[in-house]
Amino acid sequence: MAQPIELILVRHLAGRLALPTFLVDADGRLVFYNEAAEPILGRRFDEAGEMAFEDWTSVFAVRDERDQLVDVDQIPLARALLTRRPVHVRVAITGLDGSPRALEVSAFPLEGQGAQLLGAVALFWESAIEEG
Amino acid sequence: MQVRLWGTRGSVASPGPETVRYGGNTACVEVRTGNAVLVLDAGTGIRQLGASLRGHHGRIDLLLTHLHLDHLQGIGFFEPAFRQEIELHIWGPPSTTADLRQRLSRYLSPPLFPVRLRDLGPHVLLHDIPHEPFRIEDATVEGQAIIHPDPTVGYRISDESGTLAYLPDHEPALGAPTFPLAPEWTSGHALAEGVDLLIHDAQYTAAEYPARVGWGHSSTEHTWAFALQAGVRRLVTFHHDPGHSDAQLDALVEELQRRDGPEVVGGTEGLEIAL
Repeated sequence: MAQPIELILVRHLAGRLALPTFLVDADGRLVFYNEAAEPILGRRFDEAGEMAFEDWTSVFAVRDERDQLVDVDQIPLARALLTRRPVHVRVAITGLDGSPRALEVSAFPLEGQGAQLLGAVALFWESAIEEG
Repeated sequence: MQVRLWGTRGSVASPGPETVRYGGNTACVEVRTGNAVLVLDAGTGIRQLGASLRGHHGRIDLLLTHLHLDHLQGIGFFEPAFRQEIELHIWGPPSTTADLRQRLSRYLSPPLFPVRLRDLGPHVLLHDIPHEPFRIEDATVEGQAIIHPDPTVGYRISDESGTLAYLPDHEPALGAPTFPLAPEWTSGHALAEGVDLLIHDAQYTAAEYPARVGWGHSSTEHTWAFALQAGVRRLVTFHHDPGHSDAQLDALVEELQRRDGPEVVGGTEGLEIAL
Protein backbone atom coordinates (compact mmCIF):
# COMPACT_ATOMS: atom_id res chain seq x y z
CA MET A 1 0.00 0.00 0.00
CA ALA A 2 1.26 3.45 -0.88
CA GLN A 3 2.60 5.40 2.09
CA PRO A 4 1.45 8.99 2.69
CA ILE A 5 3.86 11.54 1.32
CA GLU A 6 4.62 12.79 4.84
CA LEU A 7 5.87 9.34 5.87
CA ILE A 8 7.96 9.07 2.71
CA LEU A 9 9.60 12.41 3.47
CA VAL A 10 10.24 11.47 7.12
CA ARG A 11 11.78 8.18 6.05
CA HIS A 12 14.06 9.97 3.59
CA LEU A 13 15.03 12.46 6.27
CA ALA A 14 15.65 9.71 8.84
CA GLY A 15 17.78 7.86 6.33
CA ARG A 16 20.18 10.80 6.36
CA LEU A 17 20.23 11.49 10.10
CA ALA A 18 22.87 10.27 12.53
CA LEU A 19 20.18 10.47 15.20
CA PRO A 20 18.51 7.09 15.77
CA THR A 21 14.97 7.38 14.42
CA PHE A 22 12.01 5.02 14.48
CA LEU A 23 8.88 5.48 12.34
CA VAL A 24 5.44 3.88 12.66
CA ASP A 25 2.33 4.38 10.54
CA ALA A 26 -1.15 5.32 11.78
CA ASP A 27 -1.86 1.69 12.73
CA GLY A 28 1.29 1.58 14.80
CA ARG A 29 3.04 -0.64 12.29
CA LEU A 30 6.82 -0.22 12.37
CA VAL A 31 7.59 0.87 8.82
CA PHE A 32 11.19 2.07 9.18
CA TYR A 33 14.14 2.66 11.43
CA ASN A 34 17.36 4.14 10.24
CA GLU A 35 20.94 2.85 10.32
CA ALA A 36 21.70 4.90 13.42
CA ALA A 37 18.94 3.03 15.28
CA GLU A 38 20.20 -0.39 14.27
CA PRO A 39 22.79 -0.71 17.09
CA ILE A 40 20.15 0.25 19.64
CA LEU A 41 17.61 -2.20 18.34
CA GLY A 42 20.19 -4.87 17.64
CA ARG A 43 19.29 -5.73 14.09
CA ARG A 44 19.42 -4.11 10.67
CA PHE A 45 16.06 -2.90 9.38
CA ASP A 46 16.60 -4.82 6.17
CA GLU A 47 16.71 -8.00 8.26
CA ALA A 48 13.94 -7.16 10.72
CA GLY A 49 11.60 -5.62 8.14
CA GLU A 50 8.26 -4.05 8.89
CA MET A 51 6.49 -5.27 12.03
CA ALA A 52 2.92 -5.07 13.24
CA PHE A 53 2.31 -3.07 16.44
CA GLU A 54 1.77 -6.24 18.48
CA ASP A 55 5.05 -7.67 17.26
CA TRP A 56 7.48 -4.81 17.80
CA THR A 57 6.00 -3.86 21.16
CA SER A 58 6.60 -7.39 22.37
CA VAL A 59 10.01 -7.88 20.72
CA PHE A 60 11.61 -4.73 22.15
CA ALA A 61 11.35 -4.99 25.94
CA VAL A 62 10.99 -1.47 27.34
CA ARG A 63 11.64 -0.74 31.04
CA ASP A 64 11.18 2.50 32.92
CA GLU A 65 13.65 4.23 35.26
CA ARG A 66 12.54 1.94 38.10
CA ASP A 67 13.33 -1.08 35.93
CA GLN A 68 9.65 -1.95 35.63
CA LEU A 69 8.33 -3.26 32.33
CA VAL A 70 6.39 -0.51 30.61
CA ASP A 71 2.83 -1.30 29.55
CA VAL A 72 2.42 -1.41 25.79
CA ASP A 73 0.28 1.74 25.69
CA GLN A 74 2.93 3.60 27.72
CA ILE A 75 5.81 2.85 25.34
CA PRO A 76 6.79 6.37 24.17
CA LEU A 77 6.01 5.81 20.50
CA ALA A 78 2.71 4.10 21.29
CA ARG A 79 1.82 6.87 23.74
CA ALA A 80 2.54 9.57 21.16
CA LEU A 81 0.38 7.75 18.62
CA LEU A 82 -2.51 7.01 20.99
CA THR A 83 -2.61 10.40 22.73
CA ARG A 84 -1.47 12.52 19.77
CA ARG A 85 0.86 14.30 22.19
CA PRO A 86 4.66 14.48 22.37
CA VAL A 87 6.50 12.39 24.94
CA HIS A 88 10.02 12.59 26.36
CA VAL A 89 11.16 9.92 28.81
CA ARG A 90 14.14 7.83 29.96
CA VAL A 91 13.81 4.11 29.33
CA ALA A 92 15.90 0.99 28.96
CA ILE A 93 15.29 -1.04 25.84
CA THR A 94 16.38 -4.60 25.23
CA GLY A 95 16.71 -4.96 21.51
CA LEU A 96 16.71 -7.92 19.20
CA ASP A 97 20.33 -8.73 20.14
CA GLY A 98 19.32 -9.18 23.81
CA SER A 99 21.43 -6.25 25.07
CA PRO A 100 19.78 -3.63 27.35
CA ARG A 101 20.49 0.01 26.57
CA ALA A 102 19.66 3.15 28.58
CA LEU A 103 18.02 5.72 26.37
CA GLU A 104 16.24 9.00 26.31
CA VAL A 105 13.37 8.99 23.84
CA SER A 106 11.42 11.81 22.28
CA ALA A 107 8.32 10.70 20.41
CA PHE A 108 5.75 12.78 18.61
CA PRO A 109 2.71 12.16 16.42
CA LEU A 110 2.57 13.04 12.73
CA GLU A 111 -0.59 14.81 11.65
CA GLY A 112 -1.32 15.79 8.07
CA GLN A 113 -4.03 17.69 6.23
CA GLY A 114 -7.31 17.84 8.09
CA ALA A 115 -5.60 16.65 11.31
CA GLN A 116 -5.34 13.17 9.81
CA LEU A 117 -3.15 10.96 12.00
CA LEU A 118 -0.41 9.54 9.78
CA GLY A 119 1.90 7.89 12.27
CA ALA A 120 4.53 8.77 14.85
CA VAL A 121 8.28 9.23 15.13
CA ALA A 122 10.66 8.42 17.96
CA LEU A 123 14.16 9.84 18.30
CA PHE A 124 16.66 8.16 20.62
CA TRP A 125 19.64 9.39 22.61
CA GLU A 126 21.80 6.74 24.19
CA SER A 127 22.79 7.51 27.79
CA ALA A 128 24.92 5.73 30.38
CA ILE A 129 23.10 3.13 32.49
CA GLU A 130 22.85 4.52 36.01
CA GLU A 131 23.78 2.09 38.77
CA GLY A 132 20.99 1.90 41.37
CA MET B 1 -10.48 10.70 -23.46
CA GLN B 2 -8.93 13.51 -25.49
CA VAL B 3 -5.89 15.33 -24.15
CA ARG B 4 -4.39 18.55 -25.46
CA LEU B 5 -1.35 20.40 -24.13
CA TRP B 6 -1.86 24.19 -24.08
CA GLY B 7 1.23 25.00 -22.05
CA THR B 8 4.22 22.76 -21.32
CA ARG B 9 6.92 25.09 -20.01
CA GLY B 10 8.03 25.09 -16.39
CA SER B 11 8.82 27.91 -13.99
CA VAL B 12 8.29 30.93 -16.22
CA ALA B 13 6.89 31.62 -19.68
CA SER B 14 9.67 31.55 -22.23
CA PRO B 15 8.52 32.55 -25.72
CA GLY B 16 11.03 32.98 -28.51
CA PRO B 17 12.39 31.49 -31.69
CA GLU B 18 14.25 28.74 -29.80
CA THR B 19 11.12 27.47 -28.01
CA VAL B 20 8.53 27.57 -30.77
CA ARG B 21 7.81 23.84 -31.00
CA TYR B 22 7.83 22.84 -27.35
CA GLY B 23 6.24 26.18 -26.56
CA GLY B 24 6.72 29.04 -24.16
CA ASN B 25 3.43 28.90 -22.26
CA THR B 26 3.40 27.48 -18.74
CA ALA B 27 1.42 24.47 -17.57
CA CYS B 28 -2.09 23.91 -18.86
CA VAL B 29 -3.65 20.70 -20.17
CA GLU B 30 -7.18 20.15 -21.45
CA VAL B 31 -8.79 16.77 -20.85
CA ARG B 32 -12.13 15.88 -22.43
CA THR B 33 -14.05 12.80 -21.51
CA GLY B 34 -17.51 11.95 -22.83
CA ASN B 35 -19.19 14.55 -20.61
CA ALA B 36 -16.48 16.36 -18.65
CA VAL B 37 -14.29 19.30 -19.59
CA LEU B 38 -11.28 19.22 -17.28
CA VAL B 39 -8.50 21.79 -17.24
CA LEU B 40 -5.29 20.83 -15.50
CA ASP B 41 -3.53 23.90 -14.12
CA ALA B 42 -3.87 27.54 -15.02
CA GLY B 43 -0.49 28.50 -16.41
CA THR B 44 -0.29 30.99 -19.25
CA GLY B 45 -1.48 28.33 -21.71
CA ILE B 46 -4.97 28.61 -20.25
CA ARG B 47 -5.63 31.92 -22.02
CA GLN B 48 -5.86 30.32 -25.45
CA LEU B 49 -7.76 27.34 -24.06
CA GLY B 50 -10.34 29.74 -22.63
CA ALA B 51 -10.79 31.37 -26.02
CA SER B 52 -11.35 27.95 -27.60
CA LEU B 53 -14.19 27.27 -25.16
CA ARG B 54 -16.38 30.19 -26.32
CA GLY B 55 -18.91 27.75 -27.75
CA HIS B 56 -19.04 25.70 -24.57
CA HIS B 57 -21.91 26.03 -22.13
CA GLY B 58 -22.30 24.27 -18.83
CA ARG B 59 -19.69 23.00 -16.45
CA ILE B 60 -15.88 23.27 -16.53
CA ASP B 61 -13.60 21.87 -13.83
CA LEU B 62 -10.20 23.45 -13.28
CA LEU B 63 -7.90 21.13 -11.32
CA LEU B 64 -4.89 22.92 -9.84
CA THR B 65 -1.91 20.84 -8.77
CA HIS B 66 -0.57 23.66 -6.61
CA LEU B 67 -0.49 27.43 -6.45
CA HIS B 68 2.97 28.33 -7.72
CA LEU B 69 2.62 31.15 -10.22
CA ASP B 70 3.56 29.15 -13.31
CA HIS B 71 0.45 27.05 -12.63
CA LEU B 72 -1.81 29.95 -11.69
CA GLN B 73 -0.76 33.02 -13.60
CA GLY B 74 -3.24 32.54 -16.45
CA ILE B 75 -6.35 32.22 -14.30
CA GLY B 76 -7.21 35.89 -14.59
CA PHE B 77 -7.17 35.55 -18.38
CA PHE B 78 -9.39 32.45 -18.56
CA GLU B 79 -12.57 33.68 -20.26
CA PRO B 80 -14.92 31.14 -18.64
CA ALA B 81 -14.05 32.65 -15.26
CA PHE B 82 -15.88 35.80 -16.37
CA ARG B 83 -18.85 34.08 -18.04
CA GLN B 84 -21.71 33.86 -15.56
CA GLU B 85 -23.48 31.10 -17.52
CA ILE B 86 -20.51 28.77 -17.00
CA GLU B 87 -20.37 26.69 -13.83
CA LEU B 88 -16.65 26.84 -13.07
CA HIS B 89 -15.41 24.49 -10.36
CA ILE B 90 -11.86 25.13 -9.17
CA TRP B 91 -10.16 22.34 -7.24
CA GLY B 92 -6.88 22.70 -5.39
CA PRO B 93 -4.73 21.03 -2.75
CA PRO B 94 -5.68 21.65 0.85
CA SER B 95 -3.34 23.49 3.17
CA THR B 96 -3.10 23.15 6.93
CA THR B 97 -3.44 26.89 7.44
CA ALA B 98 -5.82 28.38 4.88
CA ASP B 99 -8.55 27.25 2.53
CA LEU B 100 -8.29 27.47 -1.25
CA ARG B 101 -10.26 30.73 -1.45
CA GLN B 102 -7.92 32.49 0.97
CA ARG B 103 -4.83 31.26 -0.81
CA LEU B 104 -6.08 32.03 -4.32
CA SER B 105 -7.09 35.49 -3.14
CA ARG B 106 -3.49 36.28 -2.29
CA TYR B 107 -2.80 36.35 -6.03
CA LEU B 108 -6.21 37.41 -7.31
CA SER B 109 -6.26 40.73 -5.48
CA PRO B 110 -4.40 44.07 -5.69
CA PRO B 111 -1.58 44.85 -5.90
CA LEU B 112 -0.72 41.57 -7.69
CA PHE B 113 -3.87 41.49 -9.86
CA PRO B 114 -6.60 44.10 -10.45
CA VAL B 115 -9.57 41.69 -10.27
CA ARG B 116 -10.49 40.10 -6.97
CA LEU B 117 -11.51 36.46 -6.76
CA ARG B 118 -14.79 37.43 -5.10
CA ASP B 119 -15.62 39.72 -8.05
CA LEU B 120 -15.79 36.77 -10.44
CA GLY B 121 -19.22 35.86 -9.13
CA PRO B 122 -21.15 32.92 -7.72
CA HIS B 123 -20.62 30.79 -10.80
CA VAL B 124 -17.07 30.10 -9.57
CA LEU B 125 -17.07 27.32 -6.96
CA LEU B 126 -13.98 26.35 -4.98
CA HIS B 127 -13.16 22.95 -3.54
CA ASP B 128 -10.30 21.38 -1.62
CA ILE B 129 -9.25 18.14 -3.28
CA PRO B 130 -10.85 15.29 -1.31
CA HIS B 131 -8.66 12.57 0.14
CA GLU B 132 -10.69 9.93 -1.70
CA PRO B 133 -11.31 9.55 -5.46
CA PHE B 134 -14.29 11.56 -6.67
CA ARG B 135 -16.45 11.83 -9.78
CA ILE B 136 -16.73 14.68 -12.23
CA GLU B 137 -19.39 13.75 -14.76
CA ASP B 138 -18.13 10.48 -16.29
CA ALA B 139 -14.53 10.92 -15.08
CA THR B 140 -13.06 9.53 -11.88
CA VAL B 141 -10.46 11.84 -10.40
CA GLU B 142 -7.95 11.10 -7.68
CA GLY B 143 -5.59 13.69 -6.23
CA GLN B 144 -2.72 12.70 -3.97
CA ALA B 145 0.03 14.72 -2.36
CA ILE B 146 3.40 14.35 -4.07
CA ILE B 147 6.90 15.65 -3.37
CA HIS B 148 7.20 19.30 -4.39
CA PRO B 149 7.63 22.40 -2.22
CA ASP B 150 4.32 23.63 -0.70
CA PRO B 151 1.06 21.66 -0.84
CA THR B 152 1.05 19.92 -4.22
CA VAL B 153 -0.98 17.08 -5.68
CA GLY B 154 -0.74 14.91 -8.75
CA TYR B 155 -3.85 13.63 -10.50
CA ARG B 156 -5.04 10.31 -11.83
CA ILE B 157 -8.03 10.64 -14.16
CA SER B 158 -9.97 7.73 -15.61
CA ASP B 159 -12.91 7.26 -17.90
CA GLU B 160 -14.10 4.28 -19.88
CA SER B 161 -11.43 4.81 -22.53
CA GLY B 162 -8.36 4.86 -20.32
CA THR B 163 -6.35 6.47 -17.54
CA LEU B 164 -4.14 9.54 -17.43
CA ALA B 165 -1.71 10.60 -14.69
CA TYR B 166 -0.58 14.22 -14.46
CA LEU B 167 2.40 15.04 -12.22
CA PRO B 168 3.86 18.21 -13.72
CA ASP B 169 5.96 19.25 -10.73
CA HIS B 170 7.46 16.29 -8.93
CA GLU B 171 10.76 15.38 -7.32
CA PRO B 172 10.30 11.77 -6.25
CA ALA B 173 14.05 11.25 -5.98
CA LEU B 174 14.44 13.86 -3.24
CA GLY B 175 16.29 12.35 -0.30
CA ALA B 176 16.01 8.77 -1.57
CA PRO B 177 19.30 6.88 -1.05
CA THR B 178 18.70 5.13 -4.36
CA PHE B 179 15.96 5.85 -6.85
CA PRO B 180 13.46 4.43 -7.11
CA LEU B 181 12.83 2.74 -3.78
CA ALA B 182 10.06 0.14 -3.48
CA PRO B 183 6.82 1.35 -5.10
CA GLU B 184 5.02 2.00 -1.79
CA TRP B 185 7.88 4.32 -0.79
CA THR B 186 7.98 6.18 -4.10
CA SER B 187 6.08 9.46 -4.24
CA GLY B 188 3.35 9.41 -6.88
CA HIS B 189 3.67 5.73 -7.77
CA ALA B 190 0.06 4.86 -6.95
CA LEU B 191 -1.15 7.70 -9.18
CA ALA B 192 0.91 6.60 -12.15
CA GLU B 193 0.79 2.83 -11.81
CA GLY B 194 -0.23 1.20 -15.07
CA VAL B 195 -1.66 4.32 -16.72
CA ASP B 196 -2.09 4.68 -20.45
CA LEU B 197 -0.55 8.13 -20.41
CA LEU B 198 1.77 9.79 -17.89
CA ILE B 199 2.48 13.51 -18.21
CA HIS B 200 5.46 14.09 -15.95
CA ASP B 201 7.98 16.68 -14.89
CA ALA B 202 11.22 16.33 -16.88
CA GLN B 203 12.79 19.69 -16.17
CA TYR B 204 16.47 18.92 -15.82
CA THR B 205 19.21 16.94 -17.43
CA ALA B 206 21.03 14.46 -15.21
CA ALA B 207 23.98 16.87 -15.17
CA GLU B 208 21.83 19.83 -14.08
CA TYR B 209 19.98 18.06 -11.27
CA PRO B 210 22.69 17.94 -8.54
CA ALA B 211 22.79 21.74 -8.37
CA ARG B 212 18.98 21.91 -8.11
CA VAL B 213 18.17 19.25 -5.52
CA GLY B 214 15.14 20.27 -3.48
CA TRP B 215 13.74 22.64 -6.08
CA GLY B 216 10.91 20.20 -6.67
CA HIS B 217 11.65 18.81 -10.12
CA SER B 218 13.00 15.73 -11.85
CA SER B 219 15.84 14.99 -14.15
CA THR B 220 14.94 13.03 -17.28
CA GLU B 221 16.72 10.05 -15.70
CA HIS B 222 14.41 10.19 -12.67
CA THR B 223 11.39 10.67 -14.93
CA TRP B 224 12.36 7.59 -16.91
CA ALA B 225 12.99 5.46 -13.81
CA PHE B 226 9.68 6.58 -12.31
CA ALA B 227 7.73 5.77 -15.50
CA LEU B 228 9.46 2.42 -15.87
CA GLN B 229 8.69 1.38 -12.30
CA ALA B 230 5.06 2.49 -12.67
CA GLY B 231 4.67 0.45 -15.84
CA VAL B 232 3.09 3.27 -17.85
CA ARG B 233 2.28 2.75 -21.52
CA ARG B 234 3.25 6.19 -22.77
CA LEU B 235 5.28 9.01 -21.19
CA VAL B 236 4.97 12.66 -22.17
CA THR B 237 7.79 14.88 -20.95
CA PHE B 238 6.56 18.13 -19.42
CA HIS B 239 7.50 21.23 -17.41
CA HIS B 240 10.47 21.93 -19.62
CA ASP B 241 13.18 24.12 -18.20
CA PRO B 242 12.83 27.69 -19.51
CA GLY B 243 16.48 27.60 -20.52
CA HIS B 244 16.13 24.53 -22.73
CA SER B 245 15.73 25.13 -26.45
CA ASP B 246 13.75 22.96 -28.85
CA ALA B 247 16.99 21.39 -30.05
CA GLN B 248 18.09 20.50 -26.52
CA LEU B 249 14.68 19.05 -25.69
CA ASP B 250 14.67 17.01 -28.90
CA ALA B 251 18.01 15.50 -27.90
CA LEU B 252 16.76 14.61 -24.41
CA VAL B 253 13.59 13.01 -25.76
CA GLU B 254 15.43 11.10 -28.50
CA GLU B 255 17.83 9.66 -25.95
CA LEU B 256 14.89 8.29 -23.94
CA GLN B 257 13.16 6.99 -27.07
CA ARG B 258 16.14 4.73 -27.78
CA ARG B 259 15.56 2.79 -24.54
CA ASP B 260 13.35 -0.24 -23.97
CA GLY B 261 10.28 0.71 -21.99
CA PRO B 262 7.37 3.10 -22.29
CA GLU B 263 6.78 4.99 -25.51
CA VAL B 264 8.21 8.50 -25.00
CA VAL B 265 6.69 11.61 -26.53
CA GLY B 266 8.12 15.09 -26.17
CA GLY B 267 5.49 17.37 -24.63
CA THR B 268 5.04 20.04 -27.27
CA GLU B 269 2.52 22.86 -27.08
CA GLY B 270 -0.57 21.89 -29.10
CA LEU B 271 0.10 18.15 -28.86
CA GLU B 272 -3.14 16.15 -28.94
CA ILE B 273 -3.44 12.58 -27.72
CA ALA B 274 -6.50 10.34 -27.75
CA LEU B 275 -6.75 7.45 -25.31
